[in-house]
Amino acid sequence: MSSNATATVVRTGASARFVIYTLLALFSLFYLLPLYVMVVNSLKPLSEIQSGGMMSLPEVWTLAPWKSAWSTAQIGVEATGLQPFFWNSIVMVVPAVAISTVLGALNGYVLTKWRFRGDTIIFGLLLFGCFIPFQMVLIPMARMLGLVGLAGTVPGLVFVHLVYGIGFSTLYFRNYYQQFPTELVRAAMIDGAGFFTIFRRIMLPSSGPIAVVCIIWQFTNIWNDFLFGASFSDFDSQPMTVALNNLVQSSTGVKEYNVHFAGAIMAALPTLFVYIVAGRYFVRGLMAGSVKG
Amino acid sequence: MSQVAKNRRSGNDWLRDALPKLVLSPSLAMVLIFVYGFIIFTFYLSFTDSRILPSYELVGWENYSKLFRIRAWDTAVSNLLLFGSLYIVICCSIGLALAILLDQKIRAEGFIRTIYLYPMALSFIVTGTAWKWFLDPGIGLQTVVRSWGWESFTFDWIKDGDMAIYTIVIAAVWQTSGFVMAMFLAGLRGIDNEVLKAAQIDGASNFSLYHRIVIPQLRPAFMSAFVVLAHMAIKSYDLVIALTGGGPGTSTELPATFMYSYTFTRNQMGIGAASATIMLMAIAAIMVPYIYSELREKK
Repeated sequence: MSSNATATVVRTGASARFVIYTLLALFSLFYLLPLYVMVVNSLKPLSEIQSGGMMSLPEVWTLAPWKSAWSTAQIGVEATGLQPFFWNSIVMVVPAVAISTVLGALNGYVLTKWRFRGDTIIFGLLLFGCFIPFQMVLIPMARMLGLVGLAGTVPGLVFVHLVYGIGFSTLYFRNYYQQFPTELVRAAMIDGAGFFTIFRRIMLPSSGPIAVVCIIWQFTNIWNDFLFGASFSDFDSQPMTVALNNLVQSSTGVKEYNVHFAGAIMAALPTLFVYIVAGRYFVRGLMAGSVKG
Repeated sequence: MSQVAKNRRSGNDWLRDALPKLVLSPSLAMVLIFVYGFIIFTFYLSFTDSRILPSYELVGWENYSKLFRIRAWDTAVSNLLLFGSLYIVICCSIGLALAILLDQKIRAEGFIRTIYLYPMALSFIVTGTAWKWFLDPGIGLQTVVRSWGWESFTFDWIKDGDMAIYTIVIAAVWQTSGFVMAMFLAGLRGIDNEVLKAAQIDGASNFSLYHRIVIPQLRPAFMSAFVVLAHMAIKSYDLVIALTGGGPGTSTELPATFMYSYTFTRNQMGIGAASATIMLMAIAAIMVPYIYSELREKK
């Protein structure tokens, strides 16, 4: 067997390979099962689920659950569907991701190319801020948002996500810029280039890959957040995750499982889309959040 | 670096020296206020008689001694220990096994990896919704298997106070184990093949290759996986809310759900703050040494 540069050199016989492929296939089924359940059941009438057909393909295919989840399902007290909350999430995610990424890039640039006494401590402080249990800030944040009139608003949520997103975006750019040759920056300084000129002309053009990683990470994290959304939004500013939870947990009337599944897929589509399109960067982002360097 | 023109002290030079710090300062200020300031504020509240609103009347350790006498907190902490250890052990076992299997020059490796990892892109609310109905005995797995002819098949853990916590483990493992696989796979790909070849020539079996050489070298990956998983377990909130809502009864409460309900629905803010403080201590005990060692290595 030819040895390939990445995979192991351990050799396996034919029967061992059969076992390996079988196990890998079984685990694939395990991971795909919930997705299959969601998709199949979002496309069948409720009666087919109630009569024990959760694992079967629809006998009657229908888009009605999707239409209902999007525009007519009961969320809390109003029958608005998930549509307005989907847009809430979009309006929340875009500025929060953009601002935290730009700040992260500038911070990473300062912390690696304009080092000063105590910069490692500052970075450590920013970094620990990513990992705190947010229960520790819920009470004062709720009060502060109330005092400045941002309680229950989308801008309030943008602010919260920005504050607690900076640590990670700084981490990404710092680790990336650390590999960037400092000599180039120093040469530009001697030529008289200023702080922002160097950033724009030298750092930014080569920041593409890490910017993608950072944007994907922030997008997934903020889109998927539930705790802040549940704590700091009111009915009009709920993000998608909170609205989905309200839809599923509502105790009135018949439980429309097919509508719940359709809603769950809607809440999952944006991040799934990002994962499918830019999976490589997504994984790199996950890894950089844990194993650094 | 910035000390290039140190001896010419004009206003311009001062600006040049200060500019990087000025750029960093808004972020630093935000983190100092909204992370550390708020931590101090909540810590302070945990020593006050705050109820529905913050109060500044100090009551000493009363909230903590009350907290430890509340049965629901007891449940939450023992659930966290049970859930956390199963979650970490199972995720690491599945993750390591899948990584080793995937490392055997598998066809379509990229495709299989995509399948294993996609749950990580989902919100815990989505995961919780899918598993909630799939595990519901009334319509899910139990009903389906019975309709296939196995009439006595019973799987109602999600409705059973003693077993419901294990359904949280199942859903959480489903969501994260693929990610742990990716961490171990990255570790495996960093191992020097020459050592393995030499051991093979000496006649080592595949089992002892992994047992003696490969797995001991995965120590850093184990460390990172442990830190990430332990930290996620302590912060687990959304999944419980979506999957069981903490029930049946209080059987699947975790510290995060306890803190939320005591603070915002039961109006016991002082006790809520005390429980949050304990969560922070637990996280700090894991994260501070990790961050410290990571930053030291970088120097």
